[in-house]
Amino acid sequence: MTQTEYQSRRTNVAKSIDVSDLNIYYGSFLAVEGVTLPIAARSVTALIGPSGCGKSTFLRSLNRMHEVIPGARVQGKIIIDGRDLYDADVDPVEVRRKIGMVFQRPNPFPTMTIADNVIAGVRLNGKRISKADAAERVERSLRGANLWGEVKDRLNRPGASLSGGQQQRLCIARAIAVEPQVLLMDEPCSALDPISTSAIEDLIHELKENYTIAIVTHNMQQASRVSDTTAFFNIAGVGKPGHLIEYGSTAKMFSNPDNPATEAYISGRFG
Amino acid sequence: MTDQTTPGGPASPEGPIQSSAADLQLDHDDLAMMPFEEQLHSPRLPRQVPVWLGAAALVVGAGLLSIGAGIALSIVAAWLTFALSLSIVSRIREGARKSKDRLATLLVTTAFVVALLPLVALLWQVFSKGAPVVDSTFLTSSMRNVVGEGGGIYHALWGTVLVTAMATVMSVPIGLLTAIYLVEYSNGRLGRAITFLVDVMTGIPSIVAGLFAYALFAIFFGPGVRMGFGGAVALSVLMIPLVVRSGEEMLKLVPHDLREASYALGVPKWRTISKVVMPTALAGIVTGITIAIARVIGETAPLLIICGATDSTNFNLFSGRMMTLPVYIFNQYKNPGIPASASVDRAWGAAFVLTVIVMALSLVARLVSHYFSPKTRA
Repeated sequence: MTQTEYQSRRTNVAKSIDVSDLNIYYGSFLAVEGVTLPIAARSVTALIGPSGCGKSTFLRSLNRMHEVIPGARVQGKIIIDGRDLYDADVDPVEVRRKIGMVFQRPNPFPTMTIADNVIAGVRLNGKRISKADAAERVERSLRGANLWGEVKDRLNRPGASLSGGQQQRLCIARAIAVEPQVLLMDEPCSALDPISTSAIEDLIHELKENYTIAIVTHNMQQASRVSDTTAFFNIAGVGKPGHLIEYGSTAKMFSNPDNPATEAYISGRFG
Repeated sequence: MTDQTTPGGPASPEGPIQSSAADLQLDHDDLAMMPFEEQLHSPRLPRQVPVWLGAAALVVGAGLLSIGAGIALSIVAAWLTFALSLSIVSRIREGARKSKDRLATLLVTTAFVVALLPLVALLWQVFSKGAPVVDSTFLTSSMRNVVGEGGGIYHALWGTVLVTAMATVMSVPIGLLTAIYLVEYSNGRLGRAITFLVDVMTGIPSIVAGLFAYALFAIFFGPGVRMGFGGAVALSVLMIPLVVRSGEEMLKLVPHDLREASYALGVPKWRTISKVVMPTALAGIVTGITIAIARVIGETAPLLIICGATDSTNFNLFSGRMMTLPVYIFNQYKNPGIPASASVDRAWGAAFVLTVIVMALSLVARLVSHYFSPKTRA
């Protein structure tokens, strides 16, 4: 199956996300304040900023993953497909099926084989799936994650037997196997070597044809290489909430940003 | 190892190692003036020296023994001779740091051997006295109508298996679900209260558990009640905190990343726990359960109270007295028949069988943790 066939077989449609006036709290602590940010469909949005400024917190609020932490809550609106993610009748589990996530450290399930890891999202949800369907979906997802060629002869080996870069691509395959509309990536390359990083960046380029992608990164070169839009977050000081300073097309943000703080951060004059 | 030199370095292979002992007492100033390659070398005792010193210490011990000193005194004297001579020789030849290292190594090893002695002695005692007693008659006959020689542990073996199995069936679900609640769901006061109560339960004397079970069953069946199920309840009281504790520790070891990975795939929490967290922790949980079983299978006091003692085989957990191996051992020793030696032999035989069961359980735990652990290689 070629890449184009793989794309044509996809049925899900990438969705855009509209965030307005979002405040994110951990208990009574306001972690991120007043974020308004449109995330366009079929594009890559990079979230950059110093450590602790709330990029990851913001990213995790986009698929309600931050609720996993006790006491975490959100004010404001995140509209996807005309609906607010935080409406009372929205089930966070359903949200996470539509909005997939890849984490900083590769985290394949240690009890499962490579193939089982890929279709974990289907199997763990108790859906019955025929062997042929499962095999087809495993191959499609692994091809989508550029991993098929490396693992096709050892699909029954444990997922943890792969190298770090391969494990991260396995996690991406696992995330796209449930055919989400949006893919969130939280520093997906920070634990990887340059070769694996380059493989994943190539993959992001291919994935944005079909998915809406938001990626948190500390690597300015990576942000400029992979993203169409860049959003810069900053924090006034320890204990203060993080703010979205500005966002815009990556080309503009990296050449001529409006805010001096953005330029200082991007050019490395302030960390 | 010490003979290695950097290529082209000034130190010859025979350099400082072969020089006389007087040269070897170096302080930091000397070291600072030495070429770098020589600093890396330091004198070491030849391998045979500790062996010679050990032989000398043995001679000292044997000498003391031959002039009529006690065994304990001879052993202590031999040990002291070895420890002192080794640390002195090492200090002269190798310096203070290595001398301390040798002394510490010796102390740690001695402590290990001392700790091992009672265990080995116990196992040897049980095997040498118990193993000859065990034959097919011993394993297949009860004590019904036996006063002297003959008879066996058939009824007690079945009693132990049934009571312990029933206790396990009751304790494992309660204990595991409690552990899951504590690790995955609780946040705050209730969780802390449960943890505290579990800690208290861990410290309950087993006889109290037996009295509790007796009092509980006396409410329903009147005073003087004896039944195997009551014994299982008493053992459960002892076993549940062990299962909760080990289960809790094992579930805590599962990385939080895995739960997040599962949630991010849109998997509900209960499926995340049952399909991701539990399988990952399975090996440790099963090991913990096996150890808990091994711990309660030898309990005597509670079973003596609620299960009672009998000479007949009883397969019904819910009616009548039921013999178990620990109570059998106690009974054979306490109320011997004629001749008494036959009863004592039977007690050792039962002790042997009980020990073998516990060892087999430990072995099973090992195998389980080997085969169920998450693997990184195929």
